[in-house]
Amino acid sequence: MSAMQKLVGWVDDRFPLTSTWKAHLSEYYAPKNFNFWYFFGSLALMMLVLQIVTGIFLTMNYKPDAELAFGSVQYIMRDVSWGWLIRYMHSTGASMFFVVVYLHMFRGLIYGSFRKPRELVWIFGMMIYLALMAEAFMGYLLPWGQMSFWGAQVIISLFGAIPVIGNDLSTWIRGDFVVSDATLNRFFAFHVIALPLVLLGLVVAHIIALHEVGSNNPEGIEIKKVKDPVTHIPLDGIPFHPYYTVKDIVGVVVFLMVFSAILFFSPEMGGWFLEPNNFIPANPLKTPPEIVPLWYFTPFYAILRAIPSKFGGVVAMGAAVMIMAFLPWLDRAKVKSIRYRGPIFKIALVLFVIAFIGLGYLGTKPPTPERTLFARMFAVVYFAFFVLMPVYTSIDKTKPVPERIPE
Amino acid sequence: MKKFLLALLFLPLTAMASDEVYLDHAPVNLDNYASIQRGARLFTNYCLSCHSADYMRYNKLEDVGLTPDQIKNNLIFVDGKKVGDTMTIAMRPDDAKKWFGSAPPDLSVITRSRSPDWVYTYLRSFYADPTRPTGWNNTVFDKVAMPNVLWSLQGKQVLKKAGEDGAKPEFELAEPGKLTPDQYDAAVGDLVNYLTWMAEPNKLQRMEIGVYVLVFLGLFFVLTYFLKKEYWKDVH
Repeated sequence: MSAMQKLVGWVDDRFPLTSTWKAHLSEYYAPKNFNFWYFFGSLALMMLVLQIVTGIFLTMNYKPDAELAFGSVQYIMRDVSWGWLIRYMHSTGASMFFVVVYLHMFRGLIYGSFRKPRELVWIFGMMIYLALMAEAFMGYLLPWGQMSFWGAQVIISLFGAIPVIGNDLSTWIRGDFVVSDATLNRFFAFHVIALPLVLLGLVVAHIIALHEVGSNNPEGIEIKKVKDPVTHIPLDGIPFHPYYTVKDIVGVVVFLMVFSAILFFSPEMGGWFLEPNNFIPANPLKTPPEIVPLWYFTPFYAILRAIPSKFGGVVAMGAAVMIMAFLPWLDRAKVKSIRYRGPIFKIALVLFVIAFIGLGYLGTKPPTPERTLFARMFAVVYFAFFVLMPVYTSIDKTKPVPERIPE
Repeated sequence: MKKFLLALLFLPLTAMASDEVYLDHAPVNLDNYASIQRGARLFTNYCLSCHSADYMRYNKLEDVGLTPDQIKNNLIFVDGKKVGDTMTIAMRPDDAKKWFGSAPPDLSVITRSRSPDWVYTYLRSFYADPTRPTGWNNTVFDKVAMPNVLWSLQGKQVLKKAGEDGAKPEFELAEPGKLTPDQYDAAVGDLVNYLTWMAEPNKLQRMEIGVYVLVFLGLFFVLTYFLKKEYWKDVH
């Protein structure tokens, strides 16, 4: 026995090292037919690590103080060695994290990855999405530019629309009557430690739940149903390591090429990743003509504005996010994957995607009567996709699903 | 359905027309160090007494080919300022607000909040307007508090035809300045080039490194692709 094997043996007697490695990597059997859409899970994990690591370095030079915050970001951009690189990695990373997460969620939607027995995987995923939105929202206040300030002002004031407790609640969140130094300090605390801890915990739960039930695949076939009679290994499964580790590395490299192209050549992404108005220091006395949240919130922001009453808008916005969590129980189709679904679901999905992107676009523009009309139509389509799902998925004509993954 | 999609397509266009101002294209070229240096000279002479650039260190100009002595002797006009200091000003924002109506903004990152094109057009669009307290108005920024500080170079122009709905306004030079119109445009070009460089002095370095990063990732992709192919031989 080599010294290495001895050491591993010593650890294994005291800690489940080899068994954990086997359970989650070398003997975790994943379906062999993962396609393009299956890169985004591992990419999301990489983005989380990247945000945490770059965030640690930013924290070393950032000052969470209303007088100093804007300047400290410029200090990072100019005077800190490689500060610009760290900061652009973090700002580009925030947007790209959402790109990856949205594509990851869309994968779940088209292949039915939220369906039984993966309801908890989906629920944990939704909780990650919520925590990520809070994380991004609070992080965006920190550069203390005009959009940081007024974006936070608008969103926190939404809580004021809640009857009876609303105004006290928003004052309690801000720690002041307007967004101020107190708000900046607490958002900093939430952004750098509270929410990252929650996120890490939820990601672990998401992966443990997934590995308990096994991964879905583009066919929506449960590979655990057909196992080798002797080894009890799923016949259509392959060990995650090395097969999917080497495959995901290719995905990581391709993703990093896109990421680097943005980071090094257009970190503002034409105002979509870094807004021009956020290069103006926060000024509580000067409201910018347009207050626009970053793109990953705009679909919900558009729904908020589409409703004439403020409280109604807040409820609709909250409902738009929460309704996704109910997907496992809204979908009544006999099949999981879009490959075996009928035309009604496919049409509904196309309309949903158009509505979601349309809302995202409208949320970035100042409202006009025509735009509000479109936003309302899109909002109706958005909610109809979920609310009518039990009906249209049960009458939709599905194709028979084979036992095994076709070659 | 077709009508609906068509409407969707033109929606942004109809909305954009209303609030648009005509903007000229700024001749920004960050590789042109001589232009950035000339712009720095204009900036420190004409801008940097009302406007600050709080986050810009004088010695960052060494990146565009100036020596510490050149910076000290030609660009720093305040006693006791060192080349490692930032471009702060003595005027306090509260006083400035009292005197001008609004405090002149810090210009460190002005081309990132306003575009270089905006600043370039703005600085060439002042016209004499006796109804304004300063005697100046601007077609890009109506009723701006700032007077035309470059008027000795540009001369005094009057508005002949206001540009409506994004059309180019027409000016007439009533009183010539020290520079010809072409020279003045070039000078403002230099100034905007400097402002653009100052807004992100590490931009050139960023793009240069970006090329190496992409080349490395390109090569690394080939390696990882064949590694994956080798492993997956026995699956397919």
